[in-house]
Amino acid sequence: MLGKLDWSAIPFDQPIPLGAALVVFLAAAAVLIWITLKGYWPYLWREWITSVDHKRIGVMYIVLAALMLLRGFVDAIMMRTQQALAIHAPGYLPPEHYDQVFSAHGTIMIFFAAMPFVIGLMNFAVPLQLGIRDVAFPTLNSVSFWLTATGALLVNISLVVGEFARTGWLPYAPLSETTYSPGVGVDYYLWSIQISGVGTLLTGVNLVTTILKIRAPGMGYLRMPMFCWTSLASNLLIVAAFPILTATLAMLTLDRYLGFHFFTNEAGGNQMMFVNLIWAWGHPEVYILVLPAFGIYSEIFSTFSSKPLFGYRSMVAATMFICIVSFMVWLHHFFTMGAGADVNAAFGIATSVIAVGTGVKIYNWLFTMYGGRVRFDTPMLWALAFVTTFIIGGMTGVLLAVPPADFMLHNSLFLVAHFHNVIISGVLFAAFAGFTYWFPKAFGFRLHEGWGKAAFWFTLAGYVLVFVPLYIVGLLGMTRRLQHIDMDLWTPWLMVAAFGIAVMIVGAACQVMQLIVSIRHRDVLRDETGDPWDGRSLEWSTPSPPPVFNYARLPHVENEEPYWTVKQRAVDDQAPEIEEGYEPIEMPRNSPTGFVTAFFSTLIGFALIWHIWWLAIVGFIGAYITFVVFAWREHGDYEVPASEVERIDRGTRAAQLAWMRRRERPA
Amino acid sequence: MSDITAGRAPRDPYRLGRSHSHGLISATGHGEGGPASKFVTVAYGFWIFLLSDIIMFSAFFAAYAVLSKATADGPTGKDLFELTRVAAQTGLLLTSSFTGGLATLATHRRSMAAAQFWLLVTGLLGAAFLFLEVQEFATMVNEQAGPSRSAFLSAFFALVGCHGTHVGLGLLWLGTMMAQLWVKGFRPEILRRVHCFSLFWHALDIIWVAIFTLVYLLGVSS
Repeated sequence: MLGKLDWSAIPFDQPIPLGAALVVFLAAAAVLIWITLKGYWPYLWREWITSVDHKRIGVMYIVLAALMLLRGFVDAIMMRTQQALAIHAPGYLPPEHYDQVFSAHGTIMIFFAAMPFVIGLMNFAVPLQLGIRDVAFPTLNSVSFWLTATGALLVNISLVVGEFARTGWLPYAPLSETTYSPGVGVDYYLWSIQISGVGTLLTGVNLVTTILKIRAPGMGYLRMPMFCWTSLASNLLIVAAFPILTATLAMLTLDRYLGFHFFTNEAGGNQMMFVNLIWAWGHPEVYILVLPAFGIYSEIFSTFSSKPLFGYRSMVAATMFICIVSFMVWLHHFFTMGAGADVNAAFGIATSVIAVGTGVKIYNWLFTMYGGRVRFDTPMLWALAFVTTFIIGGMTGVLLAVPPADFMLHNSLFLVAHFHNVIISGVLFAAFAGFTYWFPKAFGFRLHEGWGKAAFWFTLAGYVLVFVPLYIVGLLGMTRRLQHIDMDLWTPWLMVAAFGIAVMIVGAACQVMQLIVSIRHRDVLRDETGDPWDGRSLEWSTPSPPPVFNYARLPHVENEEPYWTVKQRAVDDQAPEIEEGYEPIEMPRNSPTGFVTAFFSTLIGFALIWHIWWLAIVGFIGAYITFVVFAWREHGDYEVPASEVERIDRGTRAAQLAWMRRRERPA
Repeated sequence: MSDITAGRAPRDPYRLGRSHSHGLISATGHGEGGPASKFVTVAYGFWIFLLSDIIMFSAFFAAYAVLSKATADGPTGKDLFELTRVAAQTGLLLTSSFTGGLATLATHRRSMAAAQFWLLVTGLLGAAFLFLEVQEFATMVNEQAGPSRSAFLSAFFALVGCHGTHVGLGLLWLGTMMAQLWVKGFRPEILRRVHCFSLFWHALDIIWVAIFTLVYLLGVSS
């Protein structure tokens, strides 16, 4: 009846996971009870859960990402403390649990923290920057989000029901085959990544179509903001790379469930094929994350230097160059496979060449600041910290791209330090910067600067304190994923790293405080004009938060910085734009399709993990019925009447006029 | 618009990537022409999805290429493949694409009877294709040549089965869409779906041609 599931799946004998699960469960229950008591369910259902508005979906992505970021951070704290405590000692995490912790840390951070954060920011900002009303397929967008949430839910269920994979964040075969991983850990990994991967793929299709086919009149490709360009590159990579992940994990699933021999030791299976296939997705994935981050930094450097982005066209070229070359470097993840000197050299050179594109970007950012009036608000601080620390990570990357050096350094903590160096400054800092930058647009008030700066300094200091020692112990020969340590040479550095993670905890606490303080003081921090940073692109021309239709009239774009031009013109002439008539706007209707789909995919995923076949069949039938009901619905759209559009737009115009009057006419 | 731009040249000196020298008029969905129509957007998005689907197949093709000689002393393609059946399958699937095209033409003429008839023929041909594929799989499994026998057979069953699954899902979609067309008539959203289905069905044809060539023809020749 319940397949492999019975009471032995609950880890009653292991206090740490059980306690953690209990805390999570109680916290979740408390939140749910609070929502019920306050009567917020109808509001949540109407305005958020069934919403197909790209701004709401973007916000929900970021909420999911923030929660998962905390979960992944707890795993990181456990690893650092375990290694600090387990010198000539067992520490507090037994090996089988420690292996789950580092596997879950990587999986959660990449798939459920970094990806949703970046996708959330793209979802929120790209349609606004393009001057349009929503993405190409709004309901599909909601489905994508809820499938991602399903994946995150399944990973977190594994904390208490059963176990998670012990194979690392990429389940290398044959370790991940049933012979060596007979439990449900790898199955949790496979189904949660597979389900959320479908969501990501659909997001890719959605955003590529949006950027290529739906832009405001006049917005040619070379007038798009840089964030739209990098989002386009990133989503093209999603469309081209995620199917490879789907196929690879499907092959491993067939091996595990139906006795196939893709990657097994017996019957001609080929383990290196797994490594090749997974990295053919895995390396583009790196750029899927970091390209939008580069776009965020481009927006921020330009806005906070009060200058147009330096070398816009070279930035576009560098972005597309990285987009293409990112598919030609995957083998550098396993130079030691034994492909031979020629193959290794080719991939080593390709890897170094990618740094050229990134170098172009770095110089463009520096020249953007040069001669500008630089303002040091929190987003700009993150961006500055990124440029300084990312260069170090980039250079250790070029070092690792040299095959002979890689033979010495691979699988060491030097490698771990390298990729954390680039991914934290590259992606995480960009996520925080973008969050601070677009928060006022989403909610109508700014985040508190003092707490934001405190969070910045503690996070930066902690990050340096953790990963500089890891570079050093890596050079001293320490391999990754060690559960206990017998080498006194490494002790002081591991202690520094443990201290560093404590500093990062303070940084994380400041982030939470920033949010709480900002919400409490939102009236002081209110953004009346919709343009708190003196922005340059279109999203700052709508009110904060924007109305559901974003723009009362689709803007006409004349150059690369449409809103900056409009503002300069208005200040020059001391006159606002000429009013025109309003027209009714057609908007997509809310739909529970995404949520219901996710419900059934959670059933399907859980059932397949535990071999509960009847439940999987029920889930599939439910999913098909959902599809038919959605396809059969009568009215997908509703109309916002012209009078309503006018009423909303009037308020915005009054605020903008007041702003213009306050602003002096430039000399 | 013109009131705003009057008397001031746009600050965009290079005009790279813009063939027309002034004015904003061009076809929608291109360059500066503003948002594309719903039909174009949906078809374009579906194309992008199909490309991603083809990339997924390419991973299975790659795996098959790597494992095609890894027979683990078991039967090879030469021992197992029956070209007559495969030829019949090919004929059925390619013909179903043709009848699918006839169905699209019938929807352009707004002829319900013809559209339903040709969609039905398309579905029946697809189902016959699927029947032959299941028969082939069953025969092989009975001959102790199932997917667990060797890595070669794993890759074969996964690749061909993935295509078969797509055909099966396509049939489910086709049935649902025929019912919709019957009940709701030639509405824009239904016509968009018919168009997407036809793209999907043709894409499956293209993949089958690759399977026919790379798996079956090369398989029996070596």
